[in-house]
Amino acid sequence: MAVADLTDAEPDAGTPGGDQPRAVAARRSLADRVYRGLATAAGISTFVVMGLIGLFLAVQAWPALKVSGWGFLTEQSWTVNDKGDFGVAALLFGTIVIALIALAIAIPIAIGAALYLTEYAPRRVRRPLVSLIDLMAAIPSLVFGLWGLFFLQPQMLGLSQWLANHLGFLPIFQVSGPTENPSTFAASPFIAGTVVALMVLPIATSVIREVFSQAPPVEREGALALGATRFTMIRAVVLPFGRGGMVGGIMLGLGRALGETIAVALIISPLFEIRRGILDTGGASIAGNIAQKYGEASGLSLNALVASGLVLFVVTLAVNLVASFIVSRSRSSAGVEL
Amino acid sequence: MTVVDVAVAETTTEPPEVIRVLPQPQRLLRPGAAKPADVALLVASAVSAISLVWIIYYRLSLLEGALGFWLCSYIAFLVIHGLVVQARDGGRAARDRLAAVITGSAALALLTPLVLVVFFVFVKGFRALLRINFFTDDAALLSADAPRNVGGAKAALLGTLQQVALAVVLSVPLGVLCAVYLHEVRGRATRWVRTVVDAMSGTPSIVAGLFIYSVVVVGPLGWGYSGFAGALALSVLMLPTVTRTSEVVLRLVPGGVREAALALGAPEWRCTTQAVLPTARSGLVTAIILGVARAVGETAPLILTIFGTQYVNTNPFQGAQSALPLYVYQFIRQPSDQLIERAWAGALLLMLVVLVLFVIARVLSRSKPERAALRDARRGERALRRTTVA
Repeated sequence: MAVADLTDAEPDAGTPGGDQPRAVAARRSLADRVYRGLATAAGISTFVVMGLIGLFLAVQAWPALKVSGWGFLTEQSWTVNDKGDFGVAALLFGTIVIALIALAIAIPIAIGAALYLTEYAPRRVRRPLVSLIDLMAAIPSLVFGLWGLFFLQPQMLGLSQWLANHLGFLPIFQVSGPTENPSTFAASPFIAGTVVALMVLPIATSVIREVFSQAPPVEREGALALGATRFTMIRAVVLPFGRGGMVGGIMLGLGRALGETIAVALIISPLFEIRRGILDTGGASIAGNIAQKYGEASGLSLNALVASGLVLFVVTLAVNLVASFIVSRSRSSAGVEL
Repeated sequence: MTVVDVAVAETTTEPPEVIRVLPQPQRLLRPGAAKPADVALLVASAVSAISLVWIIYYRLSLLEGALGFWLCSYIAFLVIHGLVVQARDGGRAARDRLAAVITGSAALALLTPLVLVVFFVFVKGFRALLRINFFTDDAALLSADAPRNVGGAKAALLGTLQQVALAVVLSVPLGVLCAVYLHEVRGRATRWVRTVVDAMSGTPSIVAGLFIYSVVVVGPLGWGYSGFAGALALSVLMLPTVTRTSEVVLRLVPGGVREAALALGAPEWRCTTQAVLPTARSGLVTAIILGVARAVGETAPLILTIFGTQYVNTNPFQGAQSALPLYVYQFIRQPSDQLIERAWAGALLLMLVVLVLFVIARVLSRSKPERAALRDARRGERALRRTTVA
């Protein structure tokens, strides 16, 4: 918050209790009260919108939730019927798996790139690079999805194959199909997660960069003056300082990854089953599933889709709130824009 | 030489002798900057790593695949470079050097996809995009093998224009007002509103679509699919972007502008509307442009709200409409190369629009900070003068 802002003092003047500065102004004019009321209403409207989102999703989801009961959270099948043995478990699992794959790829790159931008990059290229990253954040996810489907996927089949052949003893790299056939590896959560990583990267990088760039110069210079190399300075000053912001940036990226729709819908082929292997064809995420199934859904199955959207809403809301809480509590966060 | 002479020399416009004998301005010593020898070492390490891996990889044919080759080359490069620098400068320098190389390649890894995406989409899409019929025809009677000069995306372009314009009308006043609340008015709920706006900007776009679907399309309003429903969903997504960017911009308005306005007797609302907002004008335009850039490419919420049609529907309040992202999403999944090419053209157009918007936003907000600040300050001054006259 701005500290030396004289206008700030005024709104507090009316609150009872405590030391009060002498009231300078007379009562606010009608126009001012209207102005304040309008602005406050605009502020409050964000609450209203968020509340309405939750409320109406719940209303539309209710018929499906009534049929399935608590089983909605534990059933894997998505064959919506009156018996109620359908649920969001496989979808939620798939959503989280894809988001985790995306983060596993994005975190090292984001932290590395942020460090490069704040510590190593020559001054001249710094600003253009930051602009490019912001531009990357602005490119529609649809375009990334198309690129992932037509360009990246063929390139990645070989890597998937190699992982399955040489690291196949690890459960997450096991596949059910024949490993000689590259199509065993198409449309997998691994590839979808890689594309989602591209969408997580710019936002995570810019938050982390912002945090790193606020490491106090005095501490940096102190470390360097004591003979630290840049790398040891980073380890001693920048990383400890930026830890909270790093976690926050990553959580924010997680929120984005959980909600990514089109890229997942384009790439993955739907399969409603909890599996350990990530290289196998087939998987699902809540958002992707809504986009894929919406056209053919009606009645109860539509309600079920809304119900899955409600679950997604709650999960991302929780993740985002925790993220902004962590960022606002960390030492490095003052003045960082999420 | 006498004292008088010196005094005369000082009073003339000629700079005193002292300055002329100063040495040339010193070059700043940058101990961390890359020297030619370092660059040579880097290149040499890379070449030797690639050669080595090439021999192992292809001559001895232990492994397959281009991606794997480059991955192995990279690891070999790190090892070789680390060893060489260690031999020259010692272990600490080698670790520092490796950290620089690794973070640098992370930045490269981050930007490579961006370049590849732009290039790939351009190559795939530019041929169909260059046809005028792409902009003037709709896709109503488009057969799967239609040549490039038949049919286009008119319906989608029109739809996107209307929906985004409506979304701007809906979300920008609210967003700016919300920012005014956050930074100018500051009520008791400020902190909470900011948290909610943050959470809102992280809300998945498909959830915004579902929300508008359950309120406007079916549910209490039940208006069915329409461009307006799409615009509502887009404005839910634009609102937090506009609010947060505007708030940052308002924060940059110097407190002096407000104080001056208030000191001259302007009521608060005049201070905001005639001093603060005009001062922040270019920044606010940036906020709007960034909001538009976010909204124009959104696909997921439109699937649920405008439904999509190949026919031109000029009325955004009635009946299904098309939109560019939806057009791309639907055509890319058709089993026909001709239709897929049109989808690429749409994607290219979308990307170009975002690029142009982005560049405009940059030019407005960043290019010359000093000049922009000066201009804004002058504008604020003028605005103030108007306020006091009024």
